[in-house]
Amino acid sequence: MAIISVHNLRKTYGEKVAVDDVSFAVEEGEIFGIVGRNGAGKTTTVECVAGLRAPSSGVVELGAGLTDVKEQIGIQLQDCSLPDKLKVGEALELYASFYSRPADWRALLDEIGLDPRVAFAKLSGGQRQRLSVALALVGNPRVAILDELTTGLDPQARRDTWDLIERVREMGVTVLLVTHFMEEVERLCDRVAVISAGRVLAVDTPDRLIERAGGGQRIVFHTTGPVDALTALPEVTTVQRNGDEVVVTGTGDLLVAVVGALTPGQVSGLRTERTTFDDAFLALTGNAPASS
Amino acid sequence: MLVHKKLILTEAKLFLREPAAVFFVTLLPVALLLVLGLSIPGFSKADPALGGERLVDAQFPAMMVLLSVATLALSALPATLVTYREKGVLRRMSTTPVRPGALLVAQIAISAAVAVLSTTLTLALGHLVLDMPVPRLLAGFAGVLLLGAVALFSVGLWLAAVAPSAKVVQGAGAAVLFPLLFLGGMWLPRDLMPSPLRVVSDFTPTGAFGQALRDTMGGHAPSLAHLAVLAGWALVAGIAAARMFRWQ
Repeated sequence: MAIISVHNLRKTYGEKVAVDDVSFAVEEGEIFGIVGRNGAGKTTTVECVAGLRAPSSGVVELGAGLTDVKEQIGIQLQDCSLPDKLKVGEALELYASFYSRPADWRALLDEIGLDPRVAFAKLSGGQRQRLSVALALVGNPRVAILDELTTGLDPQARRDTWDLIERVREMGVTVLLVTHFMEEVERLCDRVAVISAGRVLAVDTPDRLIERAGGGQRIVFHTTGPVDALTALPEVTTVQRNGDEVVVTGTGDLLVAVVGALTPGQVSGLRTERTTFDDAFLALTGNAPASS
Repeated sequence: MLVHKKLILTEAKLFLREPAAVFFVTLLPVALLLVLGLSIPGFSKADPALGGERLVDAQFPAMMVLLSVATLALSALPATLVTYREKGVLRRMSTTPVRPGALLVAQIAISAAVAVLSTTLTLALGHLVLDMPVPRLLAGFAGVLLLGAVALFSVGLWLAAVAPSAKVVQGAGAAVLFPLLFLGGMWLPRDLMPSPLRVVSDFTPTGAFGQALRDTMGGHAPSLAHLAVLAGWALVAGIAAARMFRWQ
């Protein structure tokens, strides 16, 4: 059952259309991604979901049991910080006191692995984001909305944050993840809504969106031997040869079929590539230059 | 839920972690009073220009109370609030069941407590060390302190409402604070001001507040005109602040 359903959401600021027509439904317990380029209307959409902005038109419908948005939806927004001299432990304890049935903030503190005595100003970018996630969870929400959580983080901090988000889902919290990192979508999201210029282009699992974008697999290798036999294989769609380099595309058990058909001892540097969500995103949104 | 105890306590802790702010609004006024009162002989001699009073009897301590309240209201409070808005502290609070207005309430409560503390410190140490008389109209003094603080805090909140950034509000706070302190009689007692200047001073919140503090400390009733000026500032600046305040 959907915990959040958005129907034909529209939000305008004067002449400017921030969100044109957005509909999607988030199922309980999933990590639902909202992906799009900067300025696509992602943040405005989730701010309407969280009740921070009133939609110009359209409806945000909350599932059964979701009665108090402020109590039951935890949200981590971009460009929010805390007073410089507020310590990690104090921040969690303070924010816990804002809710009627808060989570155990000490357990959350263990989860994010921060020293409670460190002042906010002394935290690194990744540590701030982890604290931010903890603050979004401290009210014991049913849904956590995380907006551009890993922007500006180094690769290690990004991976740590991803692990944290997966643990959040394991706690039974539905996650609505706003991002413009395609790798993040592939790694984390169960389903994703692709938004462009305030409209939803597609809602599906990342895998199915990749499939739709042409999907399939690619095998690349070097050989001096003949490769004509490959074209006859049912799994193979195309074979391209460029000097020593051969690129084979196809479906099904492509790798097994191709390897079986090649002459032993003549093949080197074999690798498989798959269409990424990045490719799928570009295929969906067209060739407009990405601003991010 | 606009009064949130834990928030007030946390904000109070944060205030105490800013040594400069604590120094300027609590220690500097009383230290100035004691150091200058003890070291400059003229300050504790009967002064014919002040109608035979000593400078440390009413004029000087009244100015120190004014200094403390005005610094809190026009500098510390708006700087904190605008920084909180600029950094998204208010925006983050708006995502919780507690409204960001609770943060405003906490800040005003702390400023008020600090103003009372600083005033008490000034009066008590002044009395013990400089033999300064206890305000003879104590209830009147307290009432003037309340009204003056409301007026100055309203002006400070209005500054916080219109300032686009923390840098601007710090500059604007100083640009407003020093002229207002001057017109309040900080460096030139109002009795010694040429009369056109004194008329201007009468209509400023600091001029009216400083004079009313002096009057009640010396045992005189404050002039109704000064109380009306303070009430007027409180009303006009307060309404402007409430209308124009932005949370993000």
